[in-house]
Amino acid sequence: MEYFLTEQQKTIKSLARRVAEERILPVRAELDEKEEFPRAIIKDLAAADLFRVFIPAEYDGLGGGTLDLVLVVEELSRVCSGVAVSYAASGLGCFTLMDFGTEEQKKKYLPDIAAGKKLTAFALTESTAGSDASAIRTTAEKVSGGYVLNGTKQFITNGGEAELYTVIALTDKTKGARGASTFIVEKGTEGFTFGKKEKKMGIRSSATRELVFRNCFVPEANRIGKEGMGFIMTMKLLDRSRPGIGAQAVGLAQGALEAALEYAGTRVQFGHPLTALPVVQDMLAEMAIQVEAARLMVYAAARTADSGARSYTEESAMAKVFASDVAMKVTTDAVQICGGAGYMKDYPVEKMMRDAKITQIYEGSNQVLRNAVFFDLRKRKGQRA
Amino acid sequence: MNIIVCLKQVPGTTEVKIDPNTNTLVRQGVKGIINPLDTYALEEGVRLKERFGGEVTVISMGPPQAAEMLREAISLGADKAVLLSDSAFAGADTLATALTLAAAIKKLGACDMVICGRQTIDGDTGQVGPELAEMLEVAFVAYVSKVEEVANGLMRVRRMIEEGHEVIEASLPALITVVKEINVPRLPSLRGIAKSKGAVIPVWTARDLGIDPNAVGLAGSATRVVKVFTPQRVSKGEVLSGDLAAQVDTVVSKLKSAGLI
Repeated sequence: MEYFLTEQQKTIKSLARRVAEERILPVRAELDEKEEFPRAIIKDLAAADLFRVFIPAEYDGLGGGTLDLVLVVEELSRVCSGVAVSYAASGLGCFTLMDFGTEEQKKKYLPDIAAGKKLTAFALTESTAGSDASAIRTTAEKVSGGYVLNGTKQFITNGGEAELYTVIALTDKTKGARGASTFIVEKGTEGFTFGKKEKKMGIRSSATRELVFRNCFVPEANRIGKEGMGFIMTMKLLDRSRPGIGAQAVGLAQGALEAALEYAGTRVQFGHPLTALPVVQDMLAEMAIQVEAARLMVYAAARTADSGARSYTEESAMAKVFASDVAMKVTTDAVQICGGAGYMKDYPVEKMMRDAKITQIYEGSNQVLRNAVFFDLRKRKGQRA
Repeated sequence: MNIIVCLKQVPGTTEVKIDPNTNTLVRQGVKGIINPLDTYALEEGVRLKERFGGEVTVISMGPPQAAEMLREAISLGADKAVLLSDSAFAGADTLATALTLAAAIKKLGACDMVICGRQTIDGDTGQVGPELAEMLEVAFVAYVSKVEEVANGLMRVRRMIEEGHEVIEASLPALITVVKEINVPRLPSLRGIAKSKGAVIPVWTARDLGIDPNAVGLAGSATRVVKVFTPQRVSKGEVLSGDLAAQVDTVVSKLKSAGLI
């Protein structure tokens, strides 16, 4: 398939693949088993300039966009989705700053993010607020020179590992979603600590942790955008970041397809390799078709995001939903093809199947995103623009 | 600190075939790579630059296609590259190679350290580094596994020896050859790749180096490769059977009859 990537994007993709195969592949099973954050690999990604790809050139980035991020995430996820999401979450943690931050804020933080010296994280979810993000309870009370944050964020990717946190908190409790604002909180700020580290089914090398704010003072200079804009900025952020989750799903599915094909080609039963069986051929062909369709949809959504389109909620949601459903189906089928061996931890497809599930859940569950697609569908009465 | 790293392009496989008619390596269809041990030399050069400042220049004597390898070295952190290429350089042994590299290093001007890999994976002699140091008349330390300090015109390095390691202090400029224990070479960076694509790599000939064409290449070589061959596989040895005492008796009688004991 011709993906119409630029020379720079092809270089990014092939370098990301090389880093994945040379540095991640040898340790992925161990990272998964030990639930160990891949610090050394994050350093390798930084040294390869992969954190620069989605950051504007004036802040030491390479000036690419969502598609460039997507290409890296896909290649990393093809080998290990846990590493891929740790990388992708850093994009999630800084897009709001990039899109709505002041020149001063961007100059202060983006060069270190581009260099991979500082990882970022995005903190919205709370125990009472998952799909219903407007139900957050963390507050930011206005005081002289800044705000005092109180509350607990839950399930935060890169929690504890990131240096910079983009935190959504209520500056006006009476206004609900319209009372939310966005803040950058640096690790080490007084009153900001980390709570429970989660044990997970998949993406186990990624860090998922609680953030606890107890009378945590954040200077006014760290507020991104105006008071009350937090929720709107978050919706825009998630539209932009969802192709990244789609890419994670595509990479996973691609990795599982390759593993299944290799196994089926060497596993002999009834005197022939499994690939001689039409039923297996059919499964592999169907998996390949699904992966390709998901990839094209994710690339298209990423390109839409990069085109400067004002709104692309629908495109972004569709790509994430489709790709994550494909990842679940393809990784499950890969385990099926690899049979008993595939169910064992000695083979990579078992991990891939566990890793795939979360892509249907986070950054908008596929149910809530189908809901969003339906709202847009009703708005334009089924007509394509 | 100005650092020069010497690189060689070698066939990118360990299963190189030998042409039985010419006794030379069959290089056709085999992709050239940076000699694996030279990648540690390059990495150390770049790390020293990052520690102490300065510039890393990579040089290589080889055919025109070696320029691509030098470009890759730039993507891995080298600042500049020079290719030494001339039909007069062809067929050089280690002496003629060292002479050519020495002339290029002198032409490049003041440098604090020259770094080479321990040996190549094709020639495997390990002689070019020490010969080069002699010709440049600089201090030489082989098998370096750590550069501990560089300061006040001195370097302190650790070298691997069979029994352990030695710590050696030497004056600069100096030449070191490095072992793979010294570092883990980095992967290329996107900025490095972009830089390497636009890099201009000058090509220096014997004339540019001001050396007599008869002193380099095959003409300037003190040694000749008489024959290159794949050693015959030794047939399987004799496997003894019976109990231990009987086996020992058999071994002893065989050694006696062979006049070995």
